[in-house]
Amino acid sequence: MTSAHPKLVRQRGRFGRWRQQLSEISWQAYLLLLPAVSLIAVLFGGGLILAFLQSVGLLGLTSEGSLSLEAYRQALGSGEFWQSLGLSLYIALTTTVLSTVLSVGLAMLLQGTGRWASFACQLTLPIPHLVGIAGILLLLSPSGLLSRLLFSLGWISSDQDFPLLVNDGANFGVMIHFLWKEIPFMTLILLAVLRGIRPEYGIQARALGANPWQCFWHVTLPLMRPGIISASLIVFGFIFGSFEVPFLLGSTYPKTLPVLVYQAFTDVDLNQRAVAIALGLILSAISMSLIACYLWLSSGKPYRWLVGRRQP
Amino acid sequence: MTRKLALLLIVTVLFLPFLPLLIWSFAKGWYFPQLLPQDWTLQNWVSILAISSKVGQGFFQSLLIASISTGLALLVGLPAGRALGLMTFPGKGAIKLFLLLPIIVSPLATLMGIQFMLIRLGLSGTILGVVLVHLLPTIPYMTLVLSSVYANFDTGYEAQARSLGASPIQVLWQITLPLVAPGVVVGALFAFLISWNEFLLTFFVGSGRVFTLPMVLFTSLQGGNTGLTAAISITSILPALIFLLFSSRALRSDAAIGGLGDV
Repeated sequence: MTSAHPKLVRQRGRFGRWRQQLSEISWQAYLLLLPAVSLIAVLFGGGLILAFLQSVGLLGLTSEGSLSLEAYRQALGSGEFWQSLGLSLYIALTTTVLSTVLSVGLAMLLQGTGRWASFACQLTLPIPHLVGIAGILLLLSPSGLLSRLLFSLGWISSDQDFPLLVNDGANFGVMIHFLWKEIPFMTLILLAVLRGIRPEYGIQARALGANPWQCFWHVTLPLMRPGIISASLIVFGFIFGSFEVPFLLGSTYPKTLPVLVYQAFTDVDLNQRAVAIALGLILSAISMSLIACYLWLSSGKPYRWLVGRRQP
Repeated sequence: MTRKLALLLIVTVLFLPFLPLLIWSFAKGWYFPQLLPQDWTLQNWVSILAISSKVGQGFFQSLLIASISTGLALLVGLPAGRALGLMTFPGKGAIKLFLLLPIIVSPLATLMGIQFMLIRLGLSGTILGVVLVHLLPTIPYMTLVLSSVYANFDTGYEAQARSLGASPIQVLWQITLPLVAPGVVVGALFAFLISWNEFLLTFFVGSGRVFTLPMVLFTSLQGGNTGLTAAISITSILPALIFLLFSSRALRSDAAIGGLGDV
């Protein structure tokens, strides 16, 4: 046999290493993910693309139009948009922060109480938002159950004395509803996370002289961080995009962004439809960039998150 | 002791909004200062139970839509959950994030895009169109739950069965599926509830022709009949109650729900 050229050997070696690396990747995984990923890509990605084409006038229900940014100009040009954006951010941020802090506390309190704690936390999890809205309306409206209770106790002399808690300017009703619904959800996730944390770390910290607070702040909380991030991310995204809760419980003016989208979407003027879609896309873009920011800020090493291989 | 008290307080507060709903559904003219209704009635429930009522139709439409979308989500979620739960591969984090997008990004724009397509396909305002759209939230949740179910699954059993001569199909039916079944039930219940409770997606794509139970409830909430609204609300909770009953017993392992804490 002729001896191979040294350079060729080196190349073959490198090629072999690549081949080995490639064969170590389990291609099967991508195959298994294909149906789910492609369905989401078609529905979510396809929907977004179609929405975008409509918003710039390239696609219309009645006619094929021409490129125009008129819808975006109208959407961003109105003062109502900025007020709505502010309101949506205010509701989503306040409620997410409040429910995160309260859920961490609650999870710590309920840790070790076992099955009953989990059960209590599941109480509101499977309830439709609309049912929660109906319940909150009948509980907290001026003629609601709480108001009647205060009246019969003699604390208020008429329903006018009861503080406005639904459809109020500060959107207390919306926030009460979300806290009622999301705190149990977050607590449930955090309890599961807490149960996965080995108690040895805490015991070790205590043995080395840390007080309970130090132990919580320096040991338990950092270990809970991934769970807290995921849970608050889901909650924030959901509240920011929620429609029926601010629509039925929120202030009549300003409206949250999703309510504004709905209003433009159902406008008798069909031209408003492009504006509705432009508003919807702006809403999606804002929530995507906020989420990206949050992930970037909360991960010690930015972008590491996307590459995978999370440390245990 | 403090814990028990705290637990009791939490359960009470969580239960509070249900109290007026329960009372209202049996109340006959319950005016402001009265703490309890003076007259009780079964009228609201009688009108709901009439099969031809809007509520009855909504109930069955919701049942149909939720069942189909749960089945479809299960079909694509099982393999995806296995890949995410058991295997490591480049880009895993990105794929997980991508699958999560429909539940963390507002679906409004997407919905209006999809609706355009559905109108072209003649599927706008049909049950099939609504089922398709319901896959947006059910697939991500199903995949997440199943990925953490698979993360606790020992592939050794499969290897053992294979080495004893079982075919891949036999392994799937007789080993894998029975072992992951409890987790699959959780995922399926979860997906069913998400579809059952879904309002916004149906509202935008149903074109006012698909009347699921949440749509009926929404219409009733904007009308004036409080007693009927309360009764519809309680009817909407039925599957949730089944979920709670079931979850308190069979789902003691929080492996499944823990999947949501690791996205």
